[in-house]
Amino acid sequence: MTFIYPVDSNTAHPLPLSPEYKSSIKRAPNKPLIPMRHTLSELTGPVYGHETVREGDNDLTTQHTGEPLGERIIVHGHVCDEDGRGVPNSLVEIWQANSCGRYVHVRDQHPAPLDPNFTGAGRTVSDVSGYYRFVTIKPGAYPWGNHHNAWRPAHIHLSVFGHSFVTRLVTQMYFPADPLFPFDPIFNSVPDEKARARMVSSFDLENTQPEWALCYRFDIVLRGKNATPMENH
Amino acid sequence: MQDNGITPSQTVGPFFKYGLTPTGEYAWNDAFTNSTLTPDVTGDRVRIEGRVFDGDGVAVPDVMLEIWQADGQGRFADPQDKRGLSNASFRGFARCGTDKDGNYSFETIKPGVVPDPDGKPQAPHVLLAVFGRGMLRHLYTRIYFSDEAGNAADPVLAVVPADRRATLTAVREAGKPVYRLDLRLQGDNETVFFDV
Repeated sequence: MTFIYPVDSNTAHPLPLSPEYKSSIKRAPNKPLIPMRHTLSELTGPVYGHETVREGDNDLTTQHTGEPLGERIIVHGHVCDEDGRGVPNSLVEIWQANSCGRYVHVRDQHPAPLDPNFTGAGRTVSDVSGYYRFVTIKPGAYPWGNHHNAWRPAHIHLSVFGHSFVTRLVTQMYFPADPLFPFDPIFNSVPDEKARARMVSSFDLENTQPEWALCYRFDIVLRGKNATPMENH
Repeated sequence: MQDNGITPSQTVGPFFKYGLTPTGEYAWNDAFTNSTLTPDVTGDRVRIEGRVFDGDGVAVPDVMLEIWQADGQGRFADPQDKRGLSNASFRGFARCGTDKDGNYSFETIKPGVVPDPDGKPQAPHVLLAVFGRGMLRHLYTRIYFSDEAGNAADPVLAVVPADRRATLTAVREAGKPVYRLDLRLQGDNETVFFDV
């Protein structure tokens, strides 16, 4: 069985050229994308399972000798497709700033402290129902120089593999009611308000662990409307 | 309240390296490298290399490239490909970040022929996804090989205007298993990107 993916699902994505986000001006293609039929090359995709992921890779608070500073949180949810089917065995990778809004990346020069006990990278594989879970630290907002007084809303970057190379997704998970949303051109590059809302996690009191960590739920929805038998001879 | 539309894409930003393309500079395990090769892989080993440029012709140092391809027999390491995989350990996927001069490279094997939906042969090709700061959604393109006669009849190249096909064709260096292909995100000789 090979999945056939509708192209109109892609209308949820940002426009490649979003001039308010200045880095897009010289990096978005000028020429229209060329439509093509999906072939077996597009309809298959890498399957990376548990051998890629070590035990504990989904807990960003235990990668060093000490405890990272900041607000410990649980981030969990399902990787699913447009029809609500869970996507099992999907590799989910995350990376983020620390609680002060600083990445360990050498080129991040924001004058906020680095945390020797926090790298900010993790990975996991969704289970048979598409469920995934991370323990991490709530990232801080940080300035980024796109325009006067530009600050990114707190966010976690997520990279997800679905059933094929055309379901590949890199997105950012935001936190509810962030006051920076109206001013962020990356968040607002998504034209549709309902689609934008899908990038915002929801506070999950039921799965918050008393005396230990707040919990946020973030479901990731990938393309995948029609599962159609396809002969591959 | 969750509706069923897809989650929108966002940029990887400039600081993905320690999460996605680590090279030993950060205290984190390498999940992926720029090589698809495994000790028992069969096929013609090749290196694909080039540089990435923006609309001003400036090298782009913070792009991540991912490739996905068939093995030397044209079969994918995916259970959805029911034809069976001859190279059991060949995974067909690799990842590379550009360096400060915009250089990338992949060590892989030349893929075999893969059928299109009508069963017609496609010329050997590698799928390439381009992620980077300033790119709100990754771009899809393909890498073809300059010394493949099958390019002339390839059904995907056929939908690309003839004067743009060279942007998809990696050129073999004389006498070496090395192919070069530069990527241009916009402007003159802009790389062909596909709407998939």
